[in-house]
Amino acid sequence: MAKELLKGNIAIAEAAIRAGLEAYFGYPITPQTELLEWMSKRMPELGRIFLQAESELAAINMVYGAACTGARVMSSSSSPGVSLMMEGLSYIAGTEVPMVLVDVMRGGPGLGNIAPSQGDYFQMVHGGGHGDYYPIALAPASVQEAIDLTVLSFDLAEKYRSIVFVLADGSIGQMMEPAELPEMRPMKKEYPAWATRGAQGRPRNILTSIYVDAEDEEQTNLRLLRRWKEIETNEVRYRAYYLDDAEIVVVGFGTAGRVALSAVRTARAQGIPVGLLRPITLRPFPTQQIRELAKQAQSFLVVEMNGGQMLDDVRLAVAGQAPVDFYGRMGGVVPMSEEIEREIQRLAHNPVPLYADVRQAWMQRLLQTKTKGAW
Amino acid sequence: MTTPQVQRQIVYRRPKALNDVPTHYCPGCTHGIAHRLVAEVLDEMGVIEKTIGVASVGCSVFGYNYFECDFVEAPHGRAPAMATGIKRVIPDSIVFTYQGDGDLVSIGMGEITHAAARGENITVVFINNAIYGMTGGQMAPTTLPGQKTTSSQNGRDVKRMGYPIRMSEMLATLDGASYVVRRSLHDPANIRKAKKAIRTAFEVQHQGLGFSLVELLSTCPINWGMSPVEALKWVEEHMVPVYPLGDYKVSPTVAALRIR
Repeated sequence: MAKELLKGNIAIAEAAIRAGLEAYFGYPITPQTELLEWMSKRMPELGRIFLQAESELAAINMVYGAACTGARVMSSSSSPGVSLMMEGLSYIAGTEVPMVLVDVMRGGPGLGNIAPSQGDYFQMVHGGGHGDYYPIALAPASVQEAIDLTVLSFDLAEKYRSIVFVLADGSIGQMMEPAELPEMRPMKKEYPAWATRGAQGRPRNILTSIYVDAEDEEQTNLRLLRRWKEIETNEVRYRAYYLDDAEIVVVGFGTAGRVALSAVRTARAQGIPVGLLRPITLRPFPTQQIRELAKQAQSFLVVEMNGGQMLDDVRLAVAGQAPVDFYGRMGGVVPMSEEIEREIQRLAHNPVPLYADVRQAWMQRLLQTKTKGAW
Repeated sequence: MTTPQVQRQIVYRRPKALNDVPTHYCPGCTHGIAHRLVAEVLDEMGVIEKTIGVASVGCSVFGYNYFECDFVEAPHGRAPAMATGIKRVIPDSIVFTYQGDGDLVSIGMGEITHAAARGENITVVFINNAIYGMTGGQMAPTTLPGQKTTSSQNGRDVKRMGYPIRMSEMLATLDGASYVVRRSLHDPANIRKAKKAIRTAFEVQHQGLGFSLVELLSTCPINWGMSPVEALKWVEEHMVPVYPLGDYKVSPTVAALRIR
């Protein structure tokens, strides 16, 4: 198929449809609403299920019900809406049924704003709902990647009976750029043996997340963990840019990673040996790859559109082999590549000590140069 | 001498749709009766192989152990949303939720109301015993004025704790609801009426006529602090006046329904 000019939210929706989506349930929230709107038109046209729920609570539980039938099913929302879905997500994880959720992140906490943010890293990557569970989290940095990862998300969800998040920030959802959609896949005709579709010619199926005996619940947790270990082994994805001889390694995902790439290229042109690692799977995190890079790198710079939520994961991966510095913008502010370039320059000339309080230092720099006024 | 010819006839047995296992319900609780009625209806209609039940949170949380059909277990209050997801994907299935008053009227008010408003083609079996059973007898939205519970120990003071919610009456105001009735399980005559209503509700769904709900006034002897017999009497004397039995919504197509 040829490239066309596509808006991120609509591209994600159409990619999901072409990946064989059977049912979509959602609730309007900016900046992902175009996704729901597109679904409202296309899904009925194709004889598939679209339903606008009365809340994100209802939407995620409609997804839960549909996922129990083994159908390809998804929802989409933005940060505050995803917070509301956390109960259902925990149940879905505990029931081991596959589903996809697209989170087009916006500024927070609270009602925040509708500007692009990466403030959901904690709630998506490190849980959010109760109990031990391990969703896969994919972070696109372009409309094309959003399309490709959306298609992948359904395959991963079904392969591992897992929740898969597509974690896009508002700019990925809202931006238009040339991209190519996949061919329409045929709808699946067979459903897994565990699905609750009526017990015809087989013993009944029960899908639940309740295990009253603590020992049984522990076994379930172990099963989830074993599956997660398999995912960690098989599914780590990332993009590496100029890393072969990099002494400074920038780590950033999604839009922050994309802006950082511009800064890295400019700094490279000035002779600074800097590279970029852009995690595509935030979970499983490219821990081993970062640990390997730490053997050669003199310092790391984590760049995010939040207050340093991925920073700790990078630190854990680097494991004290090199200092890990930080630069972020929060609340819906997208960093300019010049800001990141200045950070690279600073690191090239004045690397931070190994265990410096980099967050404190970053706050001071931000206060002096960037914010509207005193806090 | 000839022996008289005795014709043997089975008049009572466990419905096929009801598993042969002891339930976890307390002695004297009417959940067992409600389960049996639902199972009898599934048997009579021959739909067990295409039925998916949705259990809720509360005493009926283990409902999936007792019915011989596919079952899922919903988060607290969300059973109608889960049922919606299943029914939309498999429209020719029979999908029912089985929910108590704490689940349906309190935390699940949003989901039940919108499922009814959408005319979702599901059946809801709603057990109203005016109390939270599973958590040990706390006040429910359906608790009667003055009723003592573990979280209204001096009796429900309506000035501070509000008034009971009459769910069937409320849902009946919605255009999407096709069949909404209240029955009681406190004596055999009422149990027979309840059975008929449950059958009608499932038939409404089977024929694609929209949302159906049967509210069943039920007992909770343990948490009410009564014997099973006293509890049945309490339903009749105290609950029925607050929650009058009757048909609150019977859409014209449902009224025309003839059940063989």
